[in-house]
Amino acid sequence: MSAATGPASGLPPGAASPAAASPPAARQNRLGLLVGDYKGGKTTLCAGCGHNAISERLLEAYFDLGIAPEQVAKLSGIGCSSKTPAYFMGRSHAFNTVHGRMPSVATGAVLANRTLHAVGVSGDGDSASIGIGQLVHLLRRNVPLVYLVENNGVYGLTKGQFSATADPGSTLKGGEVAELPAIDLCALAIELGAAYVARSFSGDKKQLSVLLRGAIAHGGTALIDVLSPCVTFNDHEGSTKSFAWVKEHDEPLQELSFVPAFPDIAVDYDPGTTTEVALHDGSRLRLRKLGADYDPRDRAAALTRLMAARGTGEVLTGLLFVDPKAPTLVERLRLPEAPLATLPPERVRPPPAALDAINAALR
Amino acid sequence: MAPAVNDFSLQVATVNGSGSQSANMVLLRTLFQMGIPVSGKNLFPSNIAGLPTWFGIRASRHGWTARRREVDLLVALNPETVAADLAGLAPGTPAVLDAPLAAAAGRADLDLYPVPLDALVEPVAPEARLRKLLRNMVYVGVVARLLRLEWAEVERAVGRVFPGKPKAVALNLAAARAGHEHAATFGRAPAFHAERLDATSGLMLVDGNTAAAHGAVFGGVTVLAWYPITPSSSLAEALIESLEAHRRGPDGEPTWAVVQAEDELAALGMVLGAGWAGARAMTATSGPGISLMAELTGLGYYAEVPAVIWDVQRAGPSTGLPTRTQQGDLLACAFLSHGDTGHPVLLPGSVEECFTFGHQALDLAERLQTPVFVLSDLDLGMNHWMSRPFQYPDRPMDRGKVLSAEELGRRGGFARYRDVDGDGVGWRTLPGTAHPRAGYFTRGSGHDDAAAYSEQPDVYRRNLERLARKIDGARALLPAPVEERAPGARIGLVAYGSSDPAVRESRAELGAGHGLPTGYLRVRGWPFAEAVAGFVAAHERVYVVEQNRDGQLASLLRLDLEGRLAARIHPLAWSDGLPLDARSVTEAVLRAEAAHHVDGPEEEEDGLVGGPLHGTEVHA
Repeated sequence: MSAATGPASGLPPGAASPAAASPPAARQNRLGLLVGDYKGGKTTLCAGCGHNAISERLLEAYFDLGIAPEQVAKLSGIGCSSKTPAYFMGRSHAFNTVHGRMPSVATGAVLANRTLHAVGVSGDGDSASIGIGQLVHLLRRNVPLVYLVENNGVYGLTKGQFSATADPGSTLKGGEVAELPAIDLCALAIELGAAYVARSFSGDKKQLSVLLRGAIAHGGTALIDVLSPCVTFNDHEGSTKSFAWVKEHDEPLQELSFVPAFPDIAVDYDPGTTTEVALHDGSRLRLRKLGADYDPRDRAAALTRLMAARGTGEVLTGLLFVDPKAPTLVERLRLPEAPLATLPPERVRPPPAALDAINAALR
Repeated sequence: MAPAVNDFSLQVATVNGSGSQSANMVLLRTLFQMGIPVSGKNLFPSNIAGLPTWFGIRASRHGWTARRREVDLLVALNPETVAADLAGLAPGTPAVLDAPLAAAAGRADLDLYPVPLDALVEPVAPEARLRKLLRNMVYVGVVARLLRLEWAEVERAVGRVFPGKPKAVALNLAAARAGHEHAATFGRAPAFHAERLDATSGLMLVDGNTAAAHGAVFGGVTVLAWYPITPSSSLAEALIESLEAHRRGPDGEPTWAVVQAEDELAALGMVLGAGWAGARAMTATSGPGISLMAELTGLGYYAEVPAVIWDVQRAGPSTGLPTRTQQGDLLACAFLSHGDTGHPVLLPGSVEECFTFGHQALDLAERLQTPVFVLSDLDLGMNHWMSRPFQYPDRPMDRGKVLSAEELGRRGGFARYRDVDGDGVGWRTLPGTAHPRAGYFTRGSGHDDAAAYSEQPDVYRRNLERLARKIDGARALLPAPVEERAPGARIGLVAYGSSDPAVRESRAELGAGHGLPTGYLRVRGWPFAEAVAGFVAAHERVYVVEQNRDGQLASLLRLDLEGRLAARIHPLAWSDGLPLDARSVTEAVLRAEAAHHVDGPEEEEDGLVGGPLHGTEVHA
């Protein structure tokens, strides 16, 4: 573990979700809202499930960025991960769709109302197996959306079958060994032209928080593959998605910090050691390099590093690739600023003269 | 029925991809411009070039537009099919053919008009690559002469078919003229021809897919997600064209989003996401796409999300007859998905209704907060029909029950699925509504009135009962059936969609030709309007004419009607991929009536499958 991981990274398997680590309840954000305004229902996931920590980081990120919960749309597919939108930000609209089809439903929602902050929560089964086709095309389109994969390498809700992200050689509780190659969703996303690709660990509070803030500030699809150990079905010796394994093999690419685009925030940084990436909304991600040079704006280099890490058994975490200028679906379609959903009738029903012209042309 | 002046059919047999479509449109338009009612049907293979294709044109002074089974004048250009094309003709039938094919005709009893197409086209087209296309215009000229088409209208039609292309117009007209002059050398002509009428003034010539597209544009559609599939692609493409032409804002900005999805699952997923977030969203597909949309349609039903799904029906699946028409998806659409479902279905029976239902479907989907299907088919969607001008929507858009932040403030909150108005439809909020109580959690069937997760048995049951009530309420909202009673009629006919022209014509044949008056009910929506039961009650036997094997509309009617009335329903169902023709309907009704009078009352022969025309002999 490096210094990049925060205090919550030492979360032991089986511990309760880190509610105690949330911002103090009395603190208000820029909208005058309390963190309690961003809370959701009580989680029904297993105690210690990494997914609960991710939900906490997510609601904190929206709270800290001062985004009204009413402006957030939460979408998910099916699985343990996809249940989590019920456990954070209860004031937001949410749509728990069908297995593997969240990307298309989210695409439609964003097209209908481009002012929404959409977040899609998915899992490794939902994204890498049944939904991989939709994920691929969402990434190609660069739909404005934070796309979280809560990746535990296993089907939890159906009681512990391998998913397509299970590493070859890793075992199930009953001893079955994964034989097929694992799908690396980050490598896939980078290859497909995705413009914000990161990997993190549910137990790394600091890194995940920064990556989430960056993802929310990014304009297009921001994919974060979050390793999130399944305490019930995939946290044993022999699993490469266990708390112990990920902590042992976590290799952060950079130290990250996030500077929001609030007018009263002054920026200072040490140009010698730090790279800055200006995001869509004016926020900045600051990257302090660790070890070898790594430029997250180089797509080929990102793939090379991921391939190399696969060979050495490292779990490479951090911001793998970013291209803040990639045009989004909304930009390519040149959608009007106002949501399509609520355009007034006179803008969406042409006048009678238009129909007269159509009729005349068909005579 | 022998052909007569302004009452004949024309069949053109060519090779797919040879450019005959423009020539056929010139013939169709010329007749139409002469004031003679017409219809044009393209019978094409699943192929870009090289396979046989036929185009049927019917002229009918009575205004009949269904396919005519008999070919009264054949134009044969395809060496592959010429023998079979000629073999099907009645003795004495005139046939225009490419001169080299005449030797192979083998039918001395036909009235053959061989035309040396290559020799005639050569002086017209200096460029060899154009000759293949212009050969088609030569037969236009020949047919114009033989059928006495007005040359000025031929010229006008060529101008319409090649708008803004004066060079193409000149070349095509020259080729047509060569054929026209050559035909004068025959010194004879068929016994029937065309004469100017005044029966098409004020009418348009258009296909159902184009009409549907314009309807959606005037219905304020804002999101289209689609995946290409014949015969629905031209609906989506016409919609894109119409949006481009009529829906740009003052600064040229589009007021719509169109996405060509990766498959039909994604297309409906996008539509549901957009509908959930408040957009008027639709997709267009055909049977295979409907199959793929099954799970998401169920989600739309249970989560109560507006969506409009056009199904331009075809035969299928896989490589089975994808370019042939059928009415085979009615049951699939009405009950698509798993578990208890029921989806309102609109059944347009004309291109004019394709336009009207194109905007009404969007209203209904938002009013009912549920996926709404519109069932067209290849015949209605892709063929050329006469239509009255489209009527501007007579009422404002109905955006359904949506609570604004202000209204929510006045009410102090809401419960998404509570039936406060007694119609089974709850009030919804849209994502992004700036009120702390606007948000709700959308999911499948396991939720209570307030959209909270619930697996309580009584909560589930009450929710399902409300959904049934909601969909049942659509009976009063869907377009009412079109009903025609006939004095003294003991039998009634029921049909929908593109079966309508054949059934109407058949009723005239049955009445005038066989002394058998019939009532007629054309259903335009499911769940059925109350009037349907009244129609069945008023007739001793009701024959349900539809283009599928198993009698899908008949079985829906039987489900809906109480036992005594259900027993009056008799399916007359068949499909061979060809558009329905009147004579087949007439023969089917007569055979069924004869069987009834032989067998007596037939409570016992109430089987769903096996209407009198079940089988293939009808079109043999």
